[in-house]
Amino acid sequence: MKFQLIGVNHKTAPVEVRERLAIPDSKLHEAIKRLAEHPGVDEGLILSTCNRVEVLAQTKNGTVDLRGFVRDYFHVNPADYEPHLYEYSEGEAVRHLFRVTSSLDSMVVGEPQILGQVKEAYATARAVGAVHSQLDLLLTRAFAVAKRVRTETAVGSSAVSVASVAVELAKKIFGSLQGKHVYLVGAGKMSELAARHLLAHGAESIFVANRTYERAQQLAARFDGHAILFEELYETCDRADIVITSTGAPHAIFRREHGELFLARRKNRPMFFIDIAVPRDVDPAMNRLDGIFVYHIDDLQQAVSSHVADRKKEAERAEAIIAEEVDRFQARLQALDVVPTIVSLQDHLETIRQAEIDRVRGRLGSLSPEQELAVETLTRGIVNKIMHTPISTLKTAVREPEATTIIDIVRRLFNLQEQNRKQGGDKTSKSAGGNSGARI
Amino acid sequence: MPILWLRVALTCYTVGLLYALFALTRSSSLLSRVALPAMSLGMVFQFVSLAEAVLLSGQITLTSAHNSESFLALLVMAAFMIVYFVYRTTSPGIVVFPLVFVLTFVAATTEQPFLLASPGMRRGWLFAHIAMIFAGYAALFISFAASLLYLLQERRLKSKKPAGIVSRLPALEVVDEIGYRSLLLGFPFMTLGLVAGSIVAQSTYGKVDLLDPKIFLSLLMWAVYLLMVFTRWNAGWRGRRAAYLATGAVAAAVIAWSANYYSTIHRFVQS
Repeated sequence: MKFQLIGVNHKTAPVEVRERLAIPDSKLHEAIKRLAEHPGVDEGLILSTCNRVEVLAQTKNGTVDLRGFVRDYFHVNPADYEPHLYEYSEGEAVRHLFRVTSSLDSMVVGEPQILGQVKEAYATARAVGAVHSQLDLLLTRAFAVAKRVRTETAVGSSAVSVASVAVELAKKIFGSLQGKHVYLVGAGKMSELAARHLLAHGAESIFVANRTYERAQQLAARFDGHAILFEELYETCDRADIVITSTGAPHAIFRREHGELFLARRKNRPMFFIDIAVPRDVDPAMNRLDGIFVYHIDDLQQAVSSHVADRKKEAERAEAIIAEEVDRFQARLQALDVVPTIVSLQDHLETIRQAEIDRVRGRLGSLSPEQELAVETLTRGIVNKIMHTPISTLKTAVREPEATTIIDIVRRLFNLQEQNRKQGGDKTSKSAGGNSGARI
Repeated sequence: MPILWLRVALTCYTVGLLYALFALTRSSSLLSRVALPAMSLGMVFQFVSLAEAVLLSGQITLTSAHNSESFLALLVMAAFMIVYFVYRTTSPGIVVFPLVFVLTFVAATTEQPFLLASPGMRRGWLFAHIAMIFAGYAALFISFAASLLYLLQERRLKSKKPAGIVSRLPALEVVDEIGYRSLLLGFPFMTLGLVAGSIVAQSTYGKVDLLDPKIFLSLLMWAVYLLMVFTRWNAGWRGRRAAYLATGAVAAAVIAWSANYYSTIHRFVQS
């Protein structure tokens, strides 16, 4: 295996950097395709959320210049983001992906949204054919690990999601949420979750504005809310006490002058903007207006940092699970490695061929070099013809869910048990296995 | 004796003062636990002190400056208690407690009481005048306290570090409501108090001299108060602007109070 990962997240990069690297959903297909076509990349996946941009690749052989991909794809001055990049490979990459999917790397550790986001990225990558074999295995495993962490530790259950932090802050501003109106601008999973929390805490009604009106209507229907035409956003937004923005717009939707307008219409009653979009939807300058409170995704992190300590213990248990799963996954990949099986199959047949030639040599008498060559060619040809289908089946088997079964059957049919055990001894040294894979 | 009870009350109020001083820097669970009982006890002693003063002098009008200040402190505490019972928050105490302490301190320390010159004044109206003006003052102080708390809470929320004291301060809108409601409640008291005062002046002197510093400043204070109510009601002014106005109104109130020493018709005289 050759896994490589490069990315930025909320810990390494400020929102100003992340918003420039963020890839909107609509462009994700194309980005993943570009990644898969990048030299040396066999499979690829890109995860772009408000807290992170991660590029994961399974390489054909050797290392791939993922930094080069990032440079080519984003037309951003590398000096702006390079210091914030992290890079992992092999086991470290696997571990990172497991941690991300299990929400241990999240801004709010244990928040449930990230799993869905990874699943979406996976679905997109599969749809464009960028994920088909090894990455498929890796991602499927990552989802299982996330589930394990969720069920075996309290990381998830005690999670203070961004949504509930937003509710807490809203209560600090408004006291009770009774009679408060909530505006969702942009219809994302996160904002939907936040809205659900606010409703559960007594918010009066939900309004949804989205560029595609149908989507707004769908979401509004789920909350018994009202859909708003995006064009009417500024005329109606002063009705909102709490505005949650999560659009993919490249520029700020709400600027200072809008804030001033809303305040004048609202007789200065306070407004709370929760901006979970990257790039940001709300101009930070709005926070300077009296009575307007703007919290960006990073600010929410500060607000929850106090909760982090409580979950440290659970997080440690989760880390142990991750470490165990990384080992298990690597062992499984080794087991799935068909190369040792093919090698031992070839060895096995070659031994038989040699033995048979030696056995009949006496009866053949002395042979001319030409005859010698002919016998050699004949026997090799037979062996190769016979082996062709099993070997190509083995090679494609990796992509099948029943791969291990097929490998197992081949080993039993040809009685490769002995070699299997020998190979098993080899497996402990990972690099040796990897190198033999590269050679053949 | 009244002065003794008053000093006991002052001792109780010291706890509140400490609470207020420490509340902003660090949270002391001990202080916040004992502050409210101590302040309540202080109120009891202050009430006893005032009741005794009234019994001793035989007249209900608080004719000495010190008793007036003490009475005002008690009213401010009462207003605080009302807020506490409605909103279950002691946060306004951060501003109110030091004020109560200072008022009581002034009343309890200087020995020589001034007496209000009141020959032949209509006692009923005079009492109504004092009580209502003081109720108005108390409401104004609460409103002032609330606007300061609003500023504090607003700043913390905007700084994106809503830890520490903010977690104990009431929500922004609640603070705002406390301020606005006490403003609305205090306004009629203040207005009626001024009306009562002018009736007393009319009946005593036969005219109301608008240029007398006391009357002029009182009207100025009333005008600022009116402006506060109006801007809040009409334009929803709150936060910084409301705090400026409240500070202005309190300043005007203090100046109007100090005018007692300069006014020709409305003054405390050496007994």
